[in-house]
Amino acid sequence: MIKNSGKMLLALAGVAVMAGCASTKLDKPVEVEKKDVTTQTTTQSTPQGNSTVATTDLSGKNAAPATLDRVIYFDFDSYAVKDEFRPIVEAHAKMLKANPSAKEVAEGHTDERGGSEYNLALGQKRAEAVVQQMKVLGVGDSQLEAVSYGKERPAVDGHDEAAWAKNRRVELRSK
Amino acid sequence: MWPRRHALRAIGASLALPALTPALAQFHVEISGVGATQIPIVLGRFRDEERQPQAISAIVRADLESSGLFKIIDGPAPADENGTPDYNTLRSRGANAVVAGSASRLADGRVDVRFRLWDVIKGADQGGQSEPTLPADLRLSAHHVSDLIYQKLTGERGIFSTRIAYVTKGGGKFTLRITDADGANVQAALIDNEPIISPAWSPDGSELAYVTFHDRKAKVVIRNVHAGTTREVAAFKGSNSAPAFSPDGRLMAVTLSRDGGSHVYLMDRSGGNVRRFTESTGIDTEARFSPDGAFIYFVSDRGGGPQIYKQPVGGGGATRVTFNGAYNISPALSPDGKLLAYITRGSGFKVMVMNLATGDVQGISDTNDDESPSFAPNSRYIIYATKANGRDVLMKSMADGKSKSTLLETGLDIREPVWGPYGR
Repeated sequence: MIKNSGKMLLALAGVAVMAGCASTKLDKPVEVEKKDVTTQTTTQSTPQGNSTVATTDLSGKNAAPATLDRVIYFDFDSYAVKDEFRPIVEAHAKMLKANPSAKEVAEGHTDERGGSEYNLALGQKRAEAVVQQMKVLGVGDSQLEAVSYGKERPAVDGHDEAAWAKNRRVELRSK
Repeated sequence: MWPRRHALRAIGASLALPALTPALAQFHVEISGVGATQIPIVLGRFRDEERQPQAISAIVRADLESSGLFKIIDGPAPADENGTPDYNTLRSRGANAVVAGSASRLADGRVDVRFRLWDVIKGADQGGQSEPTLPADLRLSAHHVSDLIYQKLTGERGIFSTRIAYVTKGGGKFTLRITDADGANVQAALIDNEPIISPAWSPDGSELAYVTFHDRKAKVVIRNVHAGTTREVAAFKGSNSAPAFSPDGRLMAVTLSRDGGSHVYLMDRSGGNVRRFTESTGIDTEARFSPDGAFIYFVSDRGGGPQIYKQPVGGGGATRVTFNGAYNISPALSPDGKLLAYITRGSGFKVMVMNLATGDVQGISDTNDDESPSFAPNSRYIIYATKANGRDVLMKSMADGKSKSTLLETGLDIREPVWGPYGR
């Protein structure tokens, strides 16, 4: 019963405060929220602050990716695998055909210019171009996955064409 | 008994009642340019605030000044919310309004943040609020005070108690962070060695969807902000990215490459019932729901370079929205449905704002490396990432570009800002 009257008081105070906010003129001072401390502690669970954000630290659980030397570079705004990188694609196709249980990921990358999501799609297009060539060479679909990092993992830092040319790439790695 | 947070929400909701609006006419101010009319207001210290961990009036002052709509001036304020303003002196100082309040410790350890606002011109009490709060939430309560003052004096909702999510890169780590709208109270939600991109708030502010590369490919994850729990909602073969919640929170749009190419798909919030939404032979990505939920705006290179298109969620073809320039990406709709912000590539990358009713386009930035524009829930402000004077910053601009300020600069690469909704 005491608990209930405490609830009622709080509810009434809430209504009074709401009314105060909605009106343009108050004749009385702001209604104080009357509260019974005992009631508070017995009927409310431990208050959870609205300002608190939970933190998760995943760093350190994955090693930084090693730089792969199986890299195919692309021209600006291009998704065509150039002839000079054809031997790399053929070598990987040959390895995968000889090892049907082996799997590889083609990881597409772009240079730093432009939005992260559009670059993710552009990198995906490069990776899919490489995967498509390997499929034409007879590699099974289940052995290949095309993914993209977009502009998020540049191979080299720098903000000039020399750096950008090294970052427009597809890396082949085993899965 | 009402749980405390429900009671607070009810108070907040009552503020949006139409009954409040008519009395605001006299105060309503539209900012039309730099140096435009700012409401002169006297803001007193809150009684007993020096005994609390946060000085309420200092936070309120900073909030109001940062809005560009108020000018804090010197003048006599009542000792607290129960006092009486010295209207004659306040008028002689040119004040339009005065605020006084208090921050007293309650027996249960909480702090009662109370304030009252008076219209100096009319000599009228404009009401106030009492909000008992945990000491850890005092900044939030101060922002609630700012929101109420802002609403009573401008007629639109304040955004001071909202939050902004963004990503930093530095020291080989990527961190998803959440800050109060004033750039204070920055907290790390997720730290990883692998990239994090494209955070998107759920409509109720309880969850953040984002793209993680933790498993060395792009997957879409939803995280409960308070609990820190996560669930994978899109982890198909290929890349999974660009999440967006529908306004009712039931649907998500994502970009998937599982069928080859990058295309927009719709799915339930749980990740089920995945179906393809866009059809093209090119790239379709960066889906954003219109505030009424009827359309999805997205980026497509079906016409050559990337442009913004819109397509009805209920079925129908896509129509092109942007025509100026060869590269337009990263659409953001204002919550009132009137404006479209996006990034155009010309000599640099710049935020543009399109009036959707007229099609008029206006550049709003002074910088050349702009990324990821996002509207405040009241549609008045846009936040974006850019470089200013060689430093990575989050820039906050009025949607008309007339006034802007640096919200955050940390020395880290700072990117992908997205403004949260009213709730938290």
